[in-house]
Order: sequence, then C-alpha cells, then structure tokens
Amino acid sequence: MTTTMGPGAELEIRDKLQKAAPAGRATMKERLGPIGVFVGFIGLWYLISAWAIEAVFNKPKFLVPPPHEVIQDSFFGTAKIRNEMFKGVLLSAEVAFLGLLIAIVIGMALAVLMSRARWIEKSLFPYAVALQAVPILAFVPLIGSFLGFNFTARVFVCIVISLFPIIANTLFGLLSAEAGQHDLFTLHGAGKLKRLLKLQLPAALPSIFTGFRISAGLSVIGAVVGDFFFRQGEAGIGRLIDVYRARNDNPQMYGAVILAALLGIVVFWLFGQLSRVAVGRWHEVTGQS
Amino acid sequence: MSAVPTPSAGDAGGVVDPAAALRFQNVSMVFPDGTKALDDVSFEVRRGEFVTIVGPSGCGKSTVLRIASGLLRGATGHYSLADSNIGYVFQDATLLPWRTVQKNVELFAELHGLDRSERDRRAAEAIELVGLKGFERSYPRRLSGGMRMRASLARSLVLNPKLFFFDEPFGALDEITREKLNEELLRLFVHENFAALFITHSIYEAVFLSTRVLVMSSRPGRLVAEFEVPFPYPRADDLRFDPHFAELSGKVSHALREAHS
Ligand SMILES: Nc1ncnc2c1ncn2[C@@H]1O[C@H](COP(=O)(O)OP(=O)(O)OP(=O)(O)O)[C@@H](O)[C@H]1O
Ligand SMILES: [Mg+2]
Repeated sequence: MTTTMGPGAELEIRDKLQKAAPAGRATMKERLGPIGVFVGFIGLWYLISAWAIEAVFNKPKFLVPPPHEVIQDSFFGTAKIRNEMFKGVLLSAEVAFLGLLIAIVIGMALAVLMSRARWIEKSLFPYAVALQAVPILAFVPLIGSFLGFNFTARVFVCIVISLFPIIANTLFGLLSAEAGQHDLFTLHGAGKLKRLLKLQLPAALPSIFTGFRISAGLSVIGAVVGDFFFRQGEAGIGRLIDVYRARNDNPQMYGAVILAALLGIVVFWLFGQLSRVAVGRWHEVTGQS
Repeated sequence: MSAVPTPSAGDAGGVVDPAAALRFQNVSMVFPDGTKALDDVSFEVRRGEFVTIVGPSGCGKSTVLRIASGLLRGATGHYSLADSNIGYVFQDATLLPWRTVQKNVELFAELHGLDRSERDRRAAEAIELVGLKGFERSYPRRLSGGMRMRASLARSLVLNPKLFFFDEPFGALDEITREKLNEELLRLFVHENFAALFITHSIYEAVFLSTRVLVMSSRPGRLVAEFEVPFPYPRADDLRFDPHFAELSGKVSHALREAHS
C-alpha cells in the first residue's frame, strides 16, 4: 500500500486549520487583561481602605486595612499567627479532600447503579436532587447531635454538599455514549460489564472530571462554612476568620479570607490539570487552566 | 473465525444454500409505533457478491442491515446468515475518541478475547490495508473524515469477516475522497474476497462497486428492480467514463425515480 500520501495531506491541512484559528489570536490583550483586572482590584482596595471607608461608608478606618498591611500582619507577622493560619488552611484542606473523596466514591457508585436501569434511576435521582436543594445549614443541629461538632461533622458537610454534581455528571457521562457506539458492542456480544468498562466509563470521563472540579470547589466551601458551625477540635481556616473577626484583628481576618480563597482556587486549578492529564489527549478540555 | 457469538439468526429458514452468505425471504418489519418499514423483502447475497441497495431516504435500507445483523429484532419472515462473523461499517465512523487508531482497530479482537500479540498483528495488517500506516497512535479527533472512515474500515476487517454490511459509509465525504475510497474498497473486495451488502444514495457509487444493484421503493420498502452489473473486476477508475457504465447508471436512475413515486 502506498496511499499514505493521501491521508497525510488530509492531516496536514487539518493541522493548519487548527493552528490558524485560535492560537493566532492569543494576543497581548488576552494576556494582560487578567493582570489589569487584578491591579484594578488592588487599586480599588487601597481606595476604599484609604478614603472610601470613612468618606463614603462612614465606618472606622481599621475595618478595611490596606493590602500591604494584611500581607505583612498575616503572613510575615508573628510565628504564632503564621502557624495558626498554616495549620488552619491545612486542616480545612484535609476536611475538604476527605469529604470530596468520600463523595466521589459514593457518588460514582450511585451513578453507575442508576445507569444500570431506568427504574433505579427514577427511584434514586429525585433524592439526589433533593440533597442538592436542601439548605445544608438547616441541618446543622441535626448533624451536630449525630456526629458531634468536630472533624467528622465538617467532613460530612463536605460530602453532602459535593455529592450531587458527582452523581449528576457521572450519570450524564455514562449515558452519553452514542447509539452507534453501543451498536458496535452489541454486534460483538459484549455484556454489561464490558460495555461499562470499555464504553460507558471512558465516554463519561470528561464529564466525570467536570463533576470533580465543581464538587472540589463546593467541598472547599463546605469545609470553610462548616468551620463556622462545628467549632470543636482544632480550628480550620473558617473558624480563624471568625476568631479574628471577634478579636477585631482585621488584617489577620483578611489574611485568613485570602487563604480560604486561595485554597478554593488551588483545588479548582488542580482538578483542571488532572482532567487535562486524564482526557486532554482525546478530548477538548474547556475552561481555563 | 469461530470466537464470535451468534446474532439473532432470525427464523433460520429452511433451505440452506451453501452459496448464500445472506438470505432474506419475505421479510417484513413493523416498528412498535406502527411504522411499516419493510414489506415482503426477499433477496440473497451470494459468496463473493457485492450487492448494493439504493432507494429513497427513509425507505428502510438501514433497517434491512439492522435486521440482518441482529441489531434489530421483531421482523417477520425468514432471514439467515451463513456466518455470524460480519463486518459492519456505519455512515459515522463511530470511532471511540479515547482510543488511538491502533486501539480502535483492535476493539473487536479485544471484545472477543484475542490475546495481545494476535490483536497487534491483526490490527497492524488492517491498518496497512486501508493505508493508515503511520497514524496508529493518532486520536480520532486529529483525523480527517476520510481517515476516520479508513480507520472504521480497518476496524471491521480485523476479524476477517466474509460478509460486510456498509451503511452509506462514504455519504459524508467529499467527492474525490469518496471515489478514492471506492477504489480502495474494491481493491479490498478483490483481495479479501468477501461478500458485501452496500447501501448508498449515489447511483454511480452503486454501479461502480457492485455485481448487482437492488432498487427499493419508498416506505414501506419493497424491492422493485434489480440490475446485474457485468463489468469485470478489478475495475479501474476510468470505468466511470465508459458509455456502458453511463447507460447502466441511467437505467438505475430511471428505476429509482419510479421508486420515489
Ligand atoms: N425505531 C424506530 N421506530 C419507528 N420507526 C422507525 C424506527 N427506526 C426507523 N424507523 C422508520 O423506518 C423507516 C426506515 O428507516 P431506515 O433508517 O431503514 O431508512 P433508510 O432507508 O436507511 O433511510 P436513509 O436513506 O435516510 O438512511 C423510516 O421512515 C424511519 O423513520
Ligand atoms: Mg439509513
């Protein structure tokens, strides 16, 4: 066979088309835009802290410390504060990850179960939706009385809050394999397990990772918010925010808020990378890195 | 190939003609919603024959293939396959996007539990046959439509079936790519000596490829005309400009127009 010239040429053209379109437009504007917004944000912060807080909002100045003071007092201040914050953010990360992990295991198992038969889906899915719709904070006393007000309860909040996106995205992914692809497996007598492992799960991967990413963000929120309510044991970053607020340690409070935000961003980014590694070769991973 | 499960052999009807790779006798199909798709369809595809069905859109051509392959149940009448190991090529390449070309081509061998070295060997051979050598490690999204179809062809070759179903495999391709793949398909047909049941909307494609062309009427599909195509194989590209080719194409076209009404 000497037809390699044909398809080779086809591939080349395709390559050119792909390169020509999006890559050529990654301009300076696109690069500088986000930086500009950041600079603008910091500027606004200074403006409020130095002027607007008193002149416009009629509040005492110490409520909004300027950025450099926040950084200085929170991350370069006393060792005690630094330790406290470092431990706090670590503990919250631990809670969030553990909750997420358990939610992933339970959620994926439930989704696989629901994908087995329509009636199972019909029986379970409404409750998954309900789980999503219920305001978790209403259950704080209930959770507390069963699980205490410590680590376990916080992890539980994370599980509950991050379960639904995993169930929904996994299920959606499992059901997304095309009819034509299913036909291939039918033609070759593949049973349910082969179909699940070689068709449905791989087809579901992109959407499974989307679910992970959404849930990871939620789980961090769960860990921080749960901290406000389940106040026994070591303090996570959420409780530190509250503690500093109560003490009127405003720079530290802002620092803790920044850490909590960073934790969320890092986790979101991490799962974006993970999904890129897992399915990036064959699937266009959307969203920023 | 024996490691292949039997698709529903229909009511494997009485007479077993050793020369028939596929036989339909008085097959009708009514879908559960009442749509009557096929009406009393009878034909056979003999070993080494290349039979093409042309017909108006929605007349039931795909339904014929889906019944024959066992994908669709519930037809009445008799139909039987000489061998359950069939190749089936769809209009969409239906490649699995998470698998490389190599892994896609191996799929059926994998589903039938062939061991790794055997899978490798067969896949390499099939990839070579369709001219995709060098693209084994590419993912489908990086391939053009023509190359995807080649990969799909290679995939269907891997278990060496002796009967192929083609459901408008080249319908979505541009004219030149289509003609080129037509020629390569014929080369495979001569080389591998399989029987084929092919579906297309293109009369030229039908006449160029086939030993026999069947014309189907609008729904419910019935076979209304049949043409023997006398040109010997291998058929060269310039057969398309032969006056006999034009004449036969004209006849098929005429029959198709009548089938439309
Ligand atoms: N599952 C189904 N239920 C009801 N009607 C169906 C079903 N599948 C197909 N049909 C109908 O049966 C008829 C024949 O369908 P089929 O796909 O075989 O047509 P076709 O000849 O292959 O058409 P095309 O040339 O457009 O591919 C169509 O009218 C179609 O709408
Ligand atoms: Mg069709």
